[in-house]
Order: sequence, then C-alpha cells, then structure tokens
Amino acid sequence: MALLEIKNVSKGFGPANARFEVLHDLNLEVETGEFVAIIGYSGSGKTTLMSLILGLQFPDEGEVLLKGQKVTGPGPDRGIVFQNYSLLPWLTVFENVALAVDQIFPQWSVEQRRKHIERYIGMVNLTPAMHKVPSELSGGMRQRVSVARALAMQPEILLLDEPLSALDALTRANLQDEINRICQEEKKTVILITNDPDEAILLADRVIPLTAGPRATLGPSIPVMIPRPRSRADVNHNYDFKQTRTEVIDYLLKATDKRKAAMTVKLVLPDLIPEDLDLPRHPFGQKRRPRRRSEEKRETVETAV
Amino acid sequence: MKETPLKKLDWLLLPIIGVAVCLALWAMIAGKEKRTEGVDDFGDKIVKVQRTGISADLPSPTETWDKSKLYITQPLAKRGELDQGILRFTWLSLALVAQGYAIALLIGTPIGFFLGLSKTFTKIFDPLIQVLRPVSPLAWLPLGLVLFSGVKVMDTQGKVSFGASDAAALFTIAVCSMWPTVLNTAVGVRAIPQDYLNVAKVLKLSKTKTLFKVLIPATLPYMFTGFRLSLGIAWLVIVAAEMLTGKPGVGGFLWQQYNALSYAHIILCILTIGVVGFILDRLMSLVESRFKTA
Repeated sequence: MALLEIKNVSKGFGPANARFEVLHDLNLEVETGEFVAIIGYSGSGKTTLMSLILGLQFPDEGEVLLKGQKVTGPGPDRGIVFQNYSLLPWLTVFENVALAVDQIFPQWSVEQRRKHIERYIGMVNLTPAMHKVPSELSGGMRQRVSVARALAMQPEILLLDEPLSALDALTRANLQDEINRICQEEKKTVILITNDPDEAILLADRVIPLTAGPRATLGPSIPVMIPRPRSRADVNHNYDFKQTRTEVIDYLLKATDKRKAAMTVKLVLPDLIPEDLDLPRHPFGQKRRPRRRSEEKRETVETAV
Repeated sequence: MKETPLKKLDWLLLPIIGVAVCLALWAMIAGKEKRTEGVDDFGDKIVKVQRTGISADLPSPTETWDKSKLYITQPLAKRGELDQGILRFTWLSLALVAQGYAIALLIGTPIGFFLGLSKTFTKIFDPLIQVLRPVSPLAWLPLGLVLFSGVKVMDTQGKVSFGASDAAALFTIAVCSMWPTVLNTAVGVRAIPQDYLNVAKVLKLSKTKTLFKVLIPATLPYMFTGFRLSLGIAWLVIVAAEMLTGKPGVGGFLWQQYNALSYAHIILCILTIGVVGFILDRLMSLVESRFKTA
C-alpha cells in the first residue's frame, strides 16, 4: 500500500452558483522513500494541493489517505516547509525548532531534546547562528531553519511547498544541493512542489506536471533516470536530464495550448455612443442622458480603408 | 550644509526659544500688581492692592515662581491634607493612577483578545464599546459614586480607608483608559499573519499553548501601543477624578487652590501634570520599543 494516496480529489472555492474549481480529479500515489516533485504554473493550485495533504483544507470530492487512513487534520507525521519560511520572529533559531520538538517529543528529557535540536540545526549548517532571531538571518538561512524544524519533527513525509522560490538563484542552487544531500542521508519520503523544472528534475525520483488552473489536474508521472548522487555540474550535460526536462516543459506547454484553442471569447461592446463634447452645454445641468446604440435608428460605422 | 557649533546646539536652543516666547506672551497678558498706601477714615495706614492688565487676575511668571517656591523646594513636605509638597502630591496621584490603570489592563487585554478572536463576540459588543468609548471621565464619575456608594473599608483606627469616592475614582480611571488597550489588542490579534497560525496548526499546539507561544507574542507590539495610549488617558482622567472627589493629589490641589483664589498654584499644577505625563509617555515608549519584533 502506498504511503500517501490521493484519490479523485477535487477542490473548489466560492459559493455554489459561482464555484471556481481549482483542482479537478487528482490522483497520486507516493511510496515510502520516494521523492516526488509536482511542477506547475503559479496560480495553478499547487499550494491548495499541499494544504489538502497537510490537512489545513479538505477536498470537496475524493479523499486523501495517509497509510490508508483518511486525513482529518494536520499532524506531526507530515512536516512542512512553507514558501514564506513561517518562522516566529520573536524566537531564536533554536527556540523555533524547539517549539516543534517540545510539542512532538514531550516524553524526552530536556537534554535529549536539546541534542536532537542541535543535531538538526547542525544538519542545515546553522550551528553558528543558533541563538539569532530570524530578522538577523538572510532569506536562505531562514529557509534552512524552516527545513530543520520540519525535519526535527521526524515526519513520515516531508512536504516542501515552493521552499526556494523566494530566494535568489545562487542561494537557491546551494540549498537545492543541501536538500538533496539531507534527503539522501535521511531517506525521507518527500513531496516537493515547485515551478522550476530544473529543480524538480535535479531533486526528484519522478516529476508530475500539474496543468494550469482552473480545473488543474495532474499529468502523467515522468520518471527521472539520472543516477544518484547527482551533481549539478554533471546533470547539466546529462542527456537524460535534457530529455526529461524537454518532456516536462513540453507537457506543460501543450496542456496550456489545448486550453487556449478551446477558449472562445465573445466581446460585448458597451451600449453607448460617445458624447459629442463640442455641443454647447446648459450651465445648470439639464443632464443629457447617454445615447444608446440600441436606441439609435441609424448608426454610422467607420471602417479602415 | 556645514555643521556650525551653533547648529549642534539646535536641540537645546530652539526649544528654549519656544519657551521664552511663551513666557513673554504670558508676562504680557498677566496682571500687574499696584500697591497704593493710604489712610482710611479712622486715620490708620492701609495698603490698597489693585491688579491691572489684560488678564488682571492671572499671576505673572515671577509671581508664580515666588508663590510656588515653597512647594518645589520642599517637594516632600506635608503641612496638611491639601497642603503638601508637589512631589508628594504627584506620588499620591501616581499611586491612584497605577491602581486604576492596572485594573484597566487586567480587564481590557482579555476583552481585546476576545474581540480579536471571535467575530460573534465582536458583533455583540463592538457597538456597545463604540458608544461607551467617547464618554468623558466627568460623566463616569457620578455613576461610579452611585455604583459604589456602599463601599466602606475601615482601617484599624475606625477611619474609612477606602470609601465610595476612592472606588469611584478607580472606576473612572479604569473605564476611561481601558479602550485603547481593548481596541489595539483586538487589532493586533486580527493582524496576526496566517503563517503563524498555520505553524500552530501544523504542530497541533493546544489552545493554551497557541495563546502563550503564538498569539500573545505576536500581539505584544500592538498591546504595548495600547498600553501607552491608555496610560496617557489614565493620567488625563486623574485630574478630573481628584477634582470631583476632593482627594489629595495634583488634581485635588489644583481645584482647591482655585477655590482659594491662589491662582499661581494652578499654573504650578498644570506644569507638573504636563511634565509627569510627558515622562510617563517617554518611559512607556521605551518599554514599547523593546517589544517591537521583526
């Protein structure tokens, strides 16, 4: 049985008469130890999908199953790294991680917990900044804290919700390498949501495209055959990498093209005729009501010659 | 622009100019005393004092100083219930303010939290709060006197140590100074970013833990802004409360000296109230800036 199963999930927002369906008929299975990347356009409902897995929101149709159990709310078995760090600014790095650890392992001794926290802060190379508050850290460092916090919970699934999209290119590359290293060391099940094909292919075992919303749905899963450990330098010249990348991007572009082809647009001009400002106006109003195109008996049509 | 030595003293010189202009205006409109010696019908010598000027009864700056000297140079003296050194009066007023203010914070902060957390609570109580908020302290005090008319706590000598007027004064200070704390706390709670709440949800923090680990720290900066504004109002109200209840303190002294036609002391009291209020506000903003996060 798969660790995480998403079965025919749909999710929409808004009132019944003007419902806006964001996700439509999603199916996904993630096995233990797998690294899955979901890639899609911004605004296509990626974060909504993550909220569904996390249990912050619930699907309108279908179900999300974790180890065969229906997800009824957030839990310590799913660690999350949010896009915008979500650290508490009044707590130091250590305290931010400690908040999670104290909550999940209350039975441990203080010393045990301290060691555990320090181990994970060390894993993301933040030991020197352990007692700084988030405002003293750079964006990349903050995201590392967020990763450490999620990992320290020792979740069964690590959810990464566009963890690197707010960072500059160089920091992002660095952190990608680190996430790669940590995930290999820890042998975690990871679901990464991203909008960067390179990132997805570099990190994941398989990449699943999410078509553009509304009514976004998951495409076929594309396995990444590049052997691990993958290094950024090698990957750039790897044939499989280019192949997979082309496949992913092609799929996403085609899915959009189809949508475009099916779209018809009906433009309705306002039922008004522009006012002639040269006509003399009465000083005290006597407002003229706008002339309607539909009320005019004749209409002049200008055409380009 | 070049920094001349004079420019460096701007912070000192410019305020002094302001004070000097104000003093000059005051001296101009203040009444001048004219003493004429004469002889009355019985042949006894008498001194006639006449005051002239734009505002004849207003004491001039020098007169004010002469008459207030005693209160300032012996700030802790106690010559009678309503004749004490100015620091002593200030201390009495501050003690009363502190009590009323403490009550205001203890009641106002939880109300603010409820308002911020619950939409239903807001809908029930917000109209009431908006109506009660602008009511003047002078209007609350009589109600307080009626409300607490039965309060009487005796001390060991059989004297009333805490009576209806004390309770009414505290009530007035608390009710008037509560609103900024209530409203700012509510705004602060509503302004907590969804991210923080998500963290609490994902970690499955209990209700109390969420309150103490997330909600309160996230609201602290707003709460302290409310606390500072509340303290300002509490200090404003003290004068009114003391005037009407006749309690010893800066406000009580002011009103008594007005009734005793000793106008110089009114100015002394006004300046004291202003200076103390300014110091309190500075202190609170120091505390406030310590709690600014992110």
